[in-house]
Amino acid sequence: MAVTKLREALWQPVISNNPIAVQILGICSALAVTSKLTTAVIMSLAVIVVTAFSNLIISILRKHIPSNIRLIVQMVIIATLVIIVDQILKAYAFSVSKQLSVFVGLIITNCIVLGRVEAFAMKNPPLASLLDGVGNGLGYSFILISIGFIRELFGSGTLFGFTVLKPITAGGWYEPNGLLVLSPSAFFLIAFLIWALSLFKKRSTH
Amino acid sequence: MEALLSLFIKSIFIENMVLSFFLGMCTFLAVSKKVDTAFNLGIAVIVVQTVTVPINNLLYTYVLKEGALAWLNMPNIDLSFLTYLAYIGVIAAIVQILEMFLDKYVPALYHTLGIFLPLITVNCAILAGSLFMAEREYTFTQSVVYGVGSGMGWSLAIVLMAGIRYKLAYSNPPKGLEGIGLVFLTAGLMSMAFMIFSGIQL
Repeated sequence: MAVTKLREALWQPVISNNPIAVQILGICSALAVTSKLTTAVIMSLAVIVVTAFSNLIISILRKHIPSNIRLIVQMVIIATLVIIVDQILKAYAFSVSKQLSVFVGLIITNCIVLGRVEAFAMKNPPLASLLDGVGNGLGYSFILISIGFIRELFGSGTLFGFTVLKPITAGGWYEPNGLLVLSPSAFFLIAFLIWALSLFKKRSTH
Repeated sequence: MEALLSLFIKSIFIENMVLSFFLGMCTFLAVSKKVDTAFNLGIAVIVVQTVTVPINNLLYTYVLKEGALAWLNMPNIDLSFLTYLAYIGVIAAIVQILEMFLDKYVPALYHTLGIFLPLITVNCAILAGSLFMAEREYTFTQSVVYGVGSGMGWSLAIVLMAGIRYKLAYSNPPKGLEGIGLVFLTAGLMSMAFMIFSGIQL
């Protein structure tokens, strides 16, 4: 397998074939955790781990899974990985795992994970699958973290909980935009992001 | 009784599955092109949600919760790490059973729901319903009300969205925004409209 192809498997999903903005997959659990940057980053890490390892494991097993029960096998492997991630978060980052509440569990039904397992890992060798999983996880993180950044910075004037723009209520100059903390803003931001990415892509293909 | 009514209204409007928690977005975007398919899917979601949330509630209280196995004289067992696996199994099984039942006894409904039933297994809103139920420690009655309410909220949102998208077909959006971008903007506006209900105290 050529190195270029491996590189493609890793980087293509980040911008040009982004799972959220281009393939419209996995938005379900993505947006609710983006009102703060910390939760967005932790959620991204969790998703990268799950996509990478589910792709790897399924790819190793791909010749041994009977095709008529493959969905069940895939779901069990994904669910097991999510349980491991959830238990680790509960043990080492309890307060963040409380804030993420049900959304870690919802990685199970995240279409990116099952979609990549079904479309890529069932047909490709383990190394390429692992990279594809990491790439798709990164593509997901890219969107999640950029939305989290905008929402936390302009919504409450902080980043990772540290004050960056000092709000008026605390004697500063910045008037926080309350809408950005609420859910509608995530819809608007993702619409603008899709808009920007599609204009960017149109320009680069010319 | 009033508390239940308030929970019902809250789960339909204020804590709407799609518009305030972004759950079931994939299906919400993919199947909201026509009003009647959206309506059929909505009914299927209500049915599945109404059945799975209470069943998962029983499973959680009597098997999975810490100390839940006391009725088997095993009070020290905590199986709560198995919740995800158990819920997804229950949901898949219920959808399968419902499909067979409808095929046998209500073929007309079975044909209208068609391919949507199996799709529901991977709908995040269904799994999230059960997970929220466990996290908020609903009782059995509350879980029934919550199941019906959250299913109805989801269906309401998708039917409204389908209606708006039907009208949007005649719009003339800027380049690059047409299609999915515009749908997201619309969803954002709908989400703002639904937030108005959060001021209502029952």
